[in-house]
Amino acid sequence: MDRPLRLITANPVDQLARTVEALLVVASAPLSVDELAEAADDDPERVELALGLLSDRFREGRSGIVLEHVAGGYAFRASREAAVACGRLFERPVERGLSQAALETLSIVAYLGPCSRPEIARIRGVAADSAVAGLLERGLISEAGRDDGPGGAVRYRTTPLFERVFGLESAAALPRLDDLGESAAEIRERLHSVAVGKTA
Amino acid sequence: MVVRELELDLDAFEGPFDLLLTLLLKEELEPADVDMAAIVVAFVERLAEREELDLEACGEFLVLIAALLELKARALFPDEEAELAELEPEEAAEELARRLAEYRRMKEAATWLAERLAGERDRFFRVGPAPLAPQPERKLAAQDPEQLAATLRLLAEPPAQVSLAHMAIRFPPVAQFLERFRAVLRRRRVFDFDAEVGSLSRIDQAVAFLALLELRKAGEISLDQAAPFSPIRVSRPHDERGSEWIARSA
Repeated sequence: MDRPLRLITANPVDQLARTVEALLVVASAPLSVDELAEAADDDPERVELALGLLSDRFREGRSGIVLEHVAGGYAFRASREAAVACGRLFERPVERGLSQAALETLSIVAYLGPCSRPEIARIRGVAADSAVAGLLERGLISEAGRDDGPGGAVRYRTTPLFERVFGLESAAALPRLDDLGESAAEIRERLHSVAVGKTA
Repeated sequence: MVVRELELDLDAFEGPFDLLLTLLLKEELEPADVDMAAIVVAFVERLAEREELDLEACGEFLVLIAALLELKARALFPDEEAELAELEPEEAAEELARRLAEYRRMKEAATWLAERLAGERDRFFRVGPAPLAPQPERKLAAQDPEQLAATLRLLAEPPAQVSLAHMAIRFPPVAQFLERFRAVLRRRRVFDFDAEVGSLSRIDQAVAFLALLELRKAGEISLDQAAPFSPIRVSRPHDERGSEWIARSA
């Protein structure tokens, strides 16, 4: 054992990873790479490396805290195996009692937003006032300007909390609208067959 | 079964069907706020309870609900009414299908969200208020030290003495008027209070009135006033004639 002792060099982004970890612990909402880079006073590329290191350290099965890419940023959450224990102590009030009307309104805002109450009412066929008020209160949607022209209606869009509650990396993670529901042609065909059946 | 008496319990309205119709016709309730499907469900439930098919009630209900639906549709698409009327039946069917498809897609999206939510129920994370943004530094306009000194000098000067002259109101003694009224009554059986004190200042008039009350209390005079704010007649006690309540109330 006469080999000389060699200094073990630490991972070059180890210290930065600790800083990023600290920032994420303090944050109450997901932080983007740019926000983390600015706070840590470091390069975005190096921050992404650090996030990779943290993702490996804080993952399901290895840690009670999990780093996730959500709502256009990075955030810590509890691991799923701790969900039952978390559920005994905390609740997720944002989604409690979310009605069908609220979910439909939320879908419209998520896909077509920013959009106004009259637009939502036009698609759903019922006034959207109470559904919109409920979603605003829960923080799932927020105001985003007004329609053009004097007295234009207030427009709404979904919030980062919406993406976080639904576990979406971004709005782009929603399924394509074209893949959902029947097409106009199919519905027209169905209407036609009903009409023909009646007259027959 | 009387359709008009159908009891409804909707989000926007609670009461009999005919009251709902009245409110809608008087435009005190927005058609868009009324859930038509819930009315149909309420009617069908009531029908099921009766276990016999009341064709007359069904017919009446159909006419009413169709009218309501038309009212609601018109309210929802006010600007497009003319546009839709101009469409050929074929185009109108196409438009209807397009709108139904649009709603169907949103309904499907809502179902997708509901399923997603159910799948994410075991994700717990911290939700807190947005952190306080750092307060931007307040930029002041360029200041002139001389102007600051001048302002401070102005503030350092002792304030001018406030005059209390207006507070020095002197009240004449009540006794002065007691004697005066007694003297008048010795000369005359009755006199008019307003005429007697009319030339005096307001303060003197007030003190004179107090003297009047004192004399009445002592039973030295009688008071008479025909109506509120009319002249007060002062007389010797035995001249008082059935107007005690007026004097007492004074």
